[in-house]
Amino acid sequence: MQDVLERTATKEAAVVDKNKGKVKKVLVICSKGKLEDVYAALVMANGALMEGIQAKMFFTFFGLEAITKKSADHLHTATVGNPAFMPGMPTVVAGLPGFEAFASYMMKKEMDKLDMPHVTEFLQMIDAGGGEIYACKLAADMFHLKKEDFVDEVKDIITVGDMYALAEGEGTQIIFV
Amino acid sequence: METLTYNGTQIDVNAEGYLKDMKQWTPELAIEMAAQEDITLTNKHFDVLNWLRAKQAEGTPLSIRKVGNSGIVDIKQFYALFPGGPLKVSSKIAGIPKPASCI
Repeated sequence: MQDVLERTATKEAAVVDKNKGKVKKVLVICSKGKLEDVYAALVMANGALMEGIQAKMFFTFFGLEAITKKSADHLHTATVGNPAFMPGMPTVVAGLPGFEAFASYMMKKEMDKLDMPHVTEFLQMIDAGGGEIYACKLAADMFHLKKEDFVDEVKDIITVGDMYALAEGEGTQIIFV
Repeated sequence: METLTYNGTQIDVNAEGYLKDMKQWTPELAIEMAAQEDITLTNKHFDVLNWLRAKQAEGTPLSIRKVGNSGIVDIKQFYALFPGGPLKVSSKIAGIPKPASCI
């Protein structure tokens, strides 16, 4: 018997038109160092790779905290100046010493339950998936950070012009966090 | 509804081509499905497929990270074995539903 594999559709199928406007590459810019912002950037870049979409990441300003060896796994969430965090919580309470550390600890515990990796592991996953991670030259200069201060997955410290070159090509989307 | 016809047997799949019943899966079918994704299956591929099927049968939610910690392949090898979205592609070939995972 001959091996035959046929696919037949009895109903109108395939909602996605594969030829039109497919996202081929994303450039995710992470400019913030808060736990939730960094995770948003990491999830989107990694999610792109999971879909077979190329992903590049560019970390700038406080986003550099996420790729700096000594701070990457110690990011905090903001309890003050964040109206969506426990609405009704008086700012004066949210600002008490230790409160932010406690909130960040609770948030990380919830993330662990969802099998979310720590920031350094997430960066390794993105690197393993073929994603590329870069640091902003201007911000690195400003914070006196050098290549050796960053995690190993950081490919290079680049200028804004180099960053745009990363986004070259049809079907690229730039996402700013 | 869509169907795959393999050697005269009808196999129910959804609109994206994922098997509706993982019991209809056979290694021979996997080879044919992989060929459609331009993948030639090796023993290493089958180790991953069998692991995925075992986890699915247990009801464990699947993620790329879990595959990376499976001891069978690391994440880099997983991407290399199943290019173009490893968890999606491997799940389809393994005859299990598309994983609803964001990580």
